[in-house]
Amino acid sequence: MTKSEIISWFRIQEMFRFHSFHMFGVIGSAVFLGMIQIFLIKKINFKNSKGKPIEFKDKKTGKYNNLFGGIIFGLGWALTGACPGPMYILIGNGYFVYGLVILSAIMGAFTYGAIKEKLPH
Amino acid sequence: MNIIEFISKPWPWYIAGPMISLVMFFLLWSGKSFGVSSSLRNVCSMAGAGKYYKYFDFNWKKEIWNIVFIVGAVIGGYIASNFLQNFNSLELSNKTVNDLLELGLEFNGEVVPSEIFNFNSLRTLKGFLIITLGGFFVGFGARWAGGCTSGHAISGLSNFQIPSLISVIGFFIGGLIMTYLIFPLIF
Repeated sequence: MTKSEIISWFRIQEMFRFHSFHMFGVIGSAVFLGMIQIFLIKKINFKNSKGKPIEFKDKKTGKYNNLFGGIIFGLGWALTGACPGPMYILIGNGYFVYGLVILSAIMGAFTYGAIKEKLPH
Repeated sequence: MNIIEFISKPWPWYIAGPMISLVMFFLLWSGKSFGVSSSLRNVCSMAGAGKYYKYFDFNWKKEIWNIVFIVGAVIGGYIASNFLQNFNSLELSNKTVNDLLELGLEFNGEVVPSEIFNFNSLRTLKGFLIITLGGFFVGFGARWAGGCTSGHAISGLSNFQIPSLISVIGFFIGGLIMTYLIFPLIF
């Protein structure tokens, strides 16, 4: 992810401004190959390394949580230029201040867990 | 061109995308699922939040691979930036460079705008809020939506999950609001 520059704040800006195909190509090709992969796994009943069938849990459907949570996530994604995976990679790249971004993200997850019952889902 | 030279060049999307897909395959193969933001929940649980809130009350030791994965991400980032770097600056689209310049943000060829993302900027209210509030939004939003870019956009869409599609649309609504409506106010 470092090598394809998708951990870059600038690349994320480029994506949200629709100025480059790069990010869409990365995500799009990952999803496209993912679809083929999951289709084949289901088709040939491919077993995991422990010999058990691979299960795909359906994501829970809610009325509000996906959209509202998604929007809040998007605000943070554009602001910090990083989603959770790249935050860790940025630390490896020497941008240690992202440690504080992660800490804040953990606080965000904690706050969600604490007020979960009060939020619409 | 030897192999180190080859991997030292910036990778095009058609290399990076399939690699991410391969990561998902390895996780599925080892009986896991691809999703990074659940690690945030894990950390809370490890710190003992399960005693207070049901959401964190689960056996985090069974999900420890999550933490191994993020440690791997840090190490991967270190190796890539220290040993496999080509020292060419990022080739950002001119349009983006100009748009950002209008906001007063100069593109410096680095990975992130270093005038915002450094420890000194924490002393300013703006820098502090961008870093902490941005992170908070990511963590809170990802858990409310039930996943982030990896869990929803990649794993979820690959498996034709409608909630994931709604979430990804949400990611972009939020990102566009920030980029076009809020950035002009804060920069």
